Amino acid sequence: MEKVVSRHFDQENSHSFINYLKDNGYRAARKALTQMTPASVIDEVKKSNLRGLGGAGFPTGVKWSFIPQASPKPKYLVVNGDEGEPGTFKDKYILQQDPHALIEGIIITCYAIGSHKAYVYVRGEYEKPLQALLTAVEEAYKAGFLGQAVMGSEFDIDVVVHQGAGAYICGEETALLESLEGKKGFPRLKPPFPAVVGLFGCPTVINNVETIACVAPIINKGAEWFAKLGCEKNGGNRLFCVSGHVHKPGVYELPNGTTLRAIIYEHAGGVLNGNKLKAVIPGGISAPILTPDQIDVKMDFDSLKAIGTMAGSGGIIVMDETTDMVWAAMIAARFYANESCGQCSPCREGSGWAYRNIKRIYEGTARPYDLKNLAGIVNNIGGNTICPFGDALTMCVGSYISKFRSEFENKIKERVCPI
Amino acid sequence: MPNLTIDGQQVDVPVGTTIIQAARKLGISIPHYCYHPALPVAGNCRICLVEVEKQPKLQISCYTPVAEGMIVRTNSPKVLEARQNVLEFLLVNHPLDCPVCDQAGECKLQDYYMKHGLYDSRLADVKIKKEKKAFAIGRTVMLDQERCILCTRCVRFTENITKTHEFGVFNRGDHSQLDLYPGRKLDNNYSGNVVDICPVGALTDRDFRFKCRVWYLEKTKSVCPGCSQGCNITVEWDKMRPHIQKQARVMRLKPRFNSEVNDYWICDKGRYNYHFIDENRIVHPQFNKESISWEQAMDILAGAVNSLKISKRMNRIGVLASAQLTNEDLFVIKKLFKDTLGGALVDFRVPEKPGESDEFLMKADKNPNTAGAEIILGSDTKPQQIVQKARQGEIDLLYVFGHDLSQLFGKEAIYQISKNVKLFVFQGSNVNNTCNYAHLILPSQVYAEKEGTFTNCQSRVQRIWPAFQPLGEARADWEILSLLSERLGSALNFKDPRSIFNEIAATIAPFAELTYEKIGDKGTTLAK
Repeated sequence: MEKVVSRHFDQENSHSFINYLKDNGYRAARKALTQMTPASVIDEVKKSNLRGLGGAGFPTGVKWSFIPQASPKPKYLVVNGDEGEPGTFKDKYILQQDPHALIEGIIITCYAIGSHKAYVYVRGEYEKPLQALLTAVEEAYKAGFLGQAVMGSEFDIDVVVHQGAGAYICGEETALLESLEGKKGFPRLKPPFPAVVGLFGCPTVINNVETIACVAPIINKGAEWFAKLGCEKNGGNRLFCVSGHVHKPGVYELPNGTTLRAIIYEHAGGVLNGNKLKAVIPGGISAPILTPDQIDVKMDFDSLKAIGTMAGSGGIIVMDETTDMVWAAMIAARFYANESCGQCSPCREGSGWAYRNIKRIYEGTARPYDLKNLAGIVNNIGGNTICPFGDALTMCVGSYISKFRSEFENKIKERVCPI
Repeated sequence: MPNLTIDGQQVDVPVGTTIIQAARKLGISIPHYCYHPALPVAGNCRICLVEVEKQPKLQISCYTPVAEGMIVRTNSPKVLEARQNVLEFLLVNHPLDCPVCDQAGECKLQDYYMKHGLYDSRLADVKIKKEKKAFAIGRTVMLDQERCILCTRCVRFTENITKTHEFGVFNRGDHSQLDLYPGRKLDNNYSGNVVDICPVGALTDRDFRFKCRVWYLEKTKSVCPGCSQGCNITVEWDKMRPHIQKQARVMRLKPRFNSEVNDYWICDKGRYNYHFIDENRIVHPQFNKESISWEQAMDILAGAVNSLKISKRMNRIGVLASAQLTNEDLFVIKKLFKDTLGGALVDFRVPEKPGESDEFLMKADKNPNTAGAEIILGSDTKPQQIVQKARQGEIDLLYVFGHDLSQLFGKEAIYQISKNVKLFVFQGSNVNNTCNYAHLILPSQVYAEKEGTFTNCQSRVQRIWPAFQPLGEARADWEILSLLSERLGSALNFKDPRSIFNEIAATIAPFAELTYEKIGDKGTTLAK
């Protein structure tokens, strides 16, 4: 299998400029700038079936084509590196191991959408990846790959690296824009979408780090090659982040459409200690949890959606038979309660209320009707909020209740704390 | 103009109208907290969710623009359920201190709970405690963070209307709390308005809190007499419980919406300028500091005027009218002293220092009716000349309406006037230092006790209404002058302010064809 985004990860000094240049580095950018029109770059990306790898899976080329080229305002590219989704750690590897792949992708994307300024928003806790990226950006400037008249063309590109301050919600694209503008990270009401009114009120494309890292290989080797790597409508490979009860946790680059079973048992070495599998989160904590009978699902956006969950950020969390599912649900609920931005009322008040409710069930102090209440509270949040955070909470916590209901019921009946 | 259907009723509204505005046009009130017509949309409270056909999710009506053929339901089972759910979330951490909350009775949480809530509580946990409870955040406002539902109306008010940026929402999730930015105080000229727009009891008025339960309040439309802007207000007064607040009647003033004058706002100067209505009032006619009857007062006044009339020395009468008076009062002054008697020296433009002003509502001219006085009374002579003549004894009768001459012209001047003028008359509602020197004192009504009109700085005529009976024996200025005219044998025969206004309309060009009905609640601009 051919690796694309992670092709340099296991090389020594993979992050270095020289290492990147040795492997045809920045050739795709040069090709785009000198031999291609912006429209043909967008066309190529459309044909490659590259989809947004931050979690939403929106076709990347289509997103780029939404930028109103006739607008007199500046256009911006914002790269979302605020990787906060629990169970996800792929962008960290790209930033740290191969930052030049991201920068080359930025150059091509900026050219395609007519942007002269790109912002990279890096998660606050990612200190090492941040340093690696900053070094790479400096190297690219020195080499004339960034700045004025990039690579001798007439195109200027500036890259600004911005460090987040530790809020999960700033990974939501409009909250990220607010944060970049120096405001509190509150998601915006939509529409207008960022393609029309984005950063500083200007047309803006927001893409995930991994998505942008795929762009240079597409230009180098062609859309067809990339599309063929994956499955129907899901071009290329994905970086799957496997964690939890497996023998070999880590980041695995595998084609879109690989089965979840293959990822767990063939690539990640199977469940720890030969234990039985109990549950898997397929795409970051916000993706509804799966039971062992569902792991033959193909890991691509459409197949996962068809069984009621989502591909999300590619964070696979494996839980074996020793896992207390009420405890797991409580940890998830606590995360949402901590990270709700507090802007709109259902999520602000509901996230904490749901957490305290689960906590009581876990600690054995719940009343018989608390489970019904919990399901109601959780259900009332999703669909009624400004941003998808509320939906994620509902889907995530709701899936624990519906799939492992008996564990919740037992906890209420036993009225004991397992600690 | 898109045509849409809301709850089965069709309505045409301009492009860009939101569902909540379109519904309002049909008289359908969709519950809302964060939405305020004068502020940018925040969309955070989520209680205005409605069902829009062909949309999978409920939509917030404050933000969703109308579209041709849109079918909206504001009362479907799905909407009612969502509304109840949002309310439940808002109340989860809201303290149940309604019995000691000053907002009770005009609280949207209470109102909507009774209308759209009425569920049994499912809460088994301890409510989140926040830092500040009953905390003064400035001269006028108390903050209670626990009661706050974080609708951010006050934040947006200080961002977009006053642009003073005092408020922010700090922290995250259900620990979010409204507060001032560090080191700040809420001390702008419009701070009281945040109390009006706060839909709950988080921001309460330090001047009003605990004085009176709001359900005891009567409301009377009026116009602020505090400056020439003429902001529309409501006088809120206590009819039922005279034993509280030392028998004061007015409990508070609130802004009354008028898009042409003050929108939804009034300044703090105007808002808290009502204590004079119940305090420090002149309640009986007095002569040489002795209380007398109106009958006796009129004998003295009419006697003095008559003797000057008979001896044809009308030019020895000085009248200092005031731009605090209504158009009707001023018209009667003109009618009596200039038209009927003739020859008296009449003016209103006393040399006042310009007051505090800003770019928004506050005007430097602190009189509500300068424009009206200019049109009706005009100006023959200068008030300074009248005062000068009075000091030198060249005037026998000085008739002052409300002005404090000692403040305007100095103590020496008023002492001389008191000594050299034969009859020094002060007609006013409140005691000031001039009363100590005047020979005859006539109690007049404050604006909240009488009917009439003011003309503001935009030449807009606006009505005021009597909220309650006058205090003591106070009478309207026009009424006192009418009485005087009868005593002088040249009765003006005005029976009420309306009849005076009709004559103003008939005789003074800019007022032509106006009636009280045409002026209505919101006023109308004079012809140029």
